[in-house]
Amino acid sequence: MKDLHEILRILEKDGRLTAAQVADMLGRPVDEIEAIIRKAEEDGIIRRYKAVVHWDKAGEERVFAFIDVKVTPTRGFGFDDVAERIYRFPEVTAVYLVSGDHDLRVMVQGSTMQEVANFVYDKLATIDRVQSTATHFVLRRYKEDREIFAEAEEDHRLAVTP
Amino acid sequence: MLSVARHVQGVRASGIRKFFDIVAEMSDVISLGVGEPDFATPWNMREACIWSLERGHTNYTSNWGMLELRELICRHLERLYGVSYSPVNQVLVTVGVSEALDLVFRAILDPGDEVVIFDPCYVSYGPCVSFSHGVPVHVPTTVEQGFVPAPEQFRAALTPRTKAVLLAFPSNPTGAVADRGTLQKIVDIAREADIFVVSDEIYDRLVYRQPHVCVPSLEGAYERTILLGGFSKSYAMTGLRIGYAAGPPDVIEAMMKIHQYVALCAPITAQKAAIEALRDGEDSVREMREEYNRRRRLIVKRFNDCGMPCMDPGGAFYAFPSVKGFGLSSEEFAERLLYEKRVVVVPGSAFGECGEGYVRASYATAIDRIEEAASRIADFVKSLPSAVSVG
Repeated sequence: MKDLHEILRILEKDGRLTAAQVADMLGRPVDEIEAIIRKAEEDGIIRRYKAVVHWDKAGEERVFAFIDVKVTPTRGFGFDDVAERIYRFPEVTAVYLVSGDHDLRVMVQGSTMQEVANFVYDKLATIDRVQSTATHFVLRRYKEDREIFAEAEEDHRLAVTP
Repeated sequence: MLSVARHVQGVRASGIRKFFDIVAEMSDVISLGVGEPDFATPWNMREACIWSLERGHTNYTSNWGMLELRELICRHLERLYGVSYSPVNQVLVTVGVSEALDLVFRAILDPGDEVVIFDPCYVSYGPCVSFSHGVPVHVPTTVEQGFVPAPEQFRAALTPRTKAVLLAFPSNPTGAVADRGTLQKIVDIAREADIFVVSDEIYDRLVYRQPHVCVPSLEGAYERTILLGGFSKSYAMTGLRIGYAAGPPDVIEAMMKIHQYVALCAPITAQKAAIEALRDGEDSVREMREEYNRRRRLIVKRFNDCGMPCMDPGGAFYAFPSVKGFGLSSEEFAERLLYEKRVVVVPGSAFGECGEGYVRASYATAIDRIEEAASRIADFVKSLPSAVSVG
């Protein structure tokens, strides 16, 4: 378990590391590490490997919005059935059940603001038991997945010091 | 004829400087020559500096350092190593451990007094002794002994003029960590000879295999040991320059007297960062140590795999692989590696004669850079004629 968690911490930072590299970092045999990673993938602990992309810098316009949704819960399902109807839409990138004024926090991605607005208006707000929605468009991303977008990653150190 | 003092003339400038000048004119260089963390100072410490600046805390502090910081240092040492110091007269906050080193030798040495130093060692130990009109007595150690001195070697180096022995574990440049038994024997000998022990433990938080042994916590060590510690390496705040000395009140008082006249006090902003480090820095230390440990295992394996035998270093963030198989001096090796593959390592000879045949490679660099550097080094080593016989 301790090994698994250490491996996950390493891969969470850099998913491109090979099992051999992780093995060298931990001082363990590579087949052991491979087996642990494979099992974590099979068990759905590691969901997939992806890149954290700074889309603004890449020059592709993408619009993101957080939509806070108030839902009337129902016996037997709570919020789960409504959450499911929402998270199956491909434009929805994340759904959370949250504490506070609203019940669900939905993250939506589209190519224009109009597209996102239409999604909320047509698809989200019209779902049974959705009482209200509040849409917050993302104006600028400062940090995502622990990656600070605003900062240039520079090494300020002198190249040789004692 | 105007001339600088002979005892200063006699000290050679650091050999590292030369490489610095070469690198300055190159691009696409990966440096494993850096003696400081690659992490930025944890944000809560930087934020503490900003907050204190906003509130206008830019005045002098007590010559000793802020009382709050001294109290925290004492609590920290008590908690980690079970050694108790009084914050009132046993702890002095200095401008990095560098200043503390200078102060301690000025405080304890009379002209001609000898200090036993084990090589390979950090570049400033010998010069600091010389600047204090002392005589550094360099005792070599070898990779076979894990770069840890044998107590008999220490005993053999003692003379009637010996005033102190300098210990520095974990070691820069070798990464060596001394075991408790050896340190205890060295302390026992120092006690018999009635000399001081100066222990530079700047890398105390960066140990990977066993808990750090704090020298003044050893039997009979406390009353003759001046412990030097700092924040630069553990908390990634090298440029803020905060260190400290802890030890017997008369020595610390003498060091304070010198510090008072030459430095007055350590910068207040940096002291604020150190306070925050001790209050809320443990998680950062743990995270950084875990990351260094991964890099450490990786880089040591890469060196061993490419025909550069490398001791498993127990502390600090340096690997010290051998370059003896290639028919080049460590300086030639480092210079050619830089010109041909644009990777910086520091020749072992910069750390004493017995460092010849080795290079120091710092792993305070991101994993992908280490991997790239390692593959360039492997290519370079393959291109050397004698590499075949090493395989």
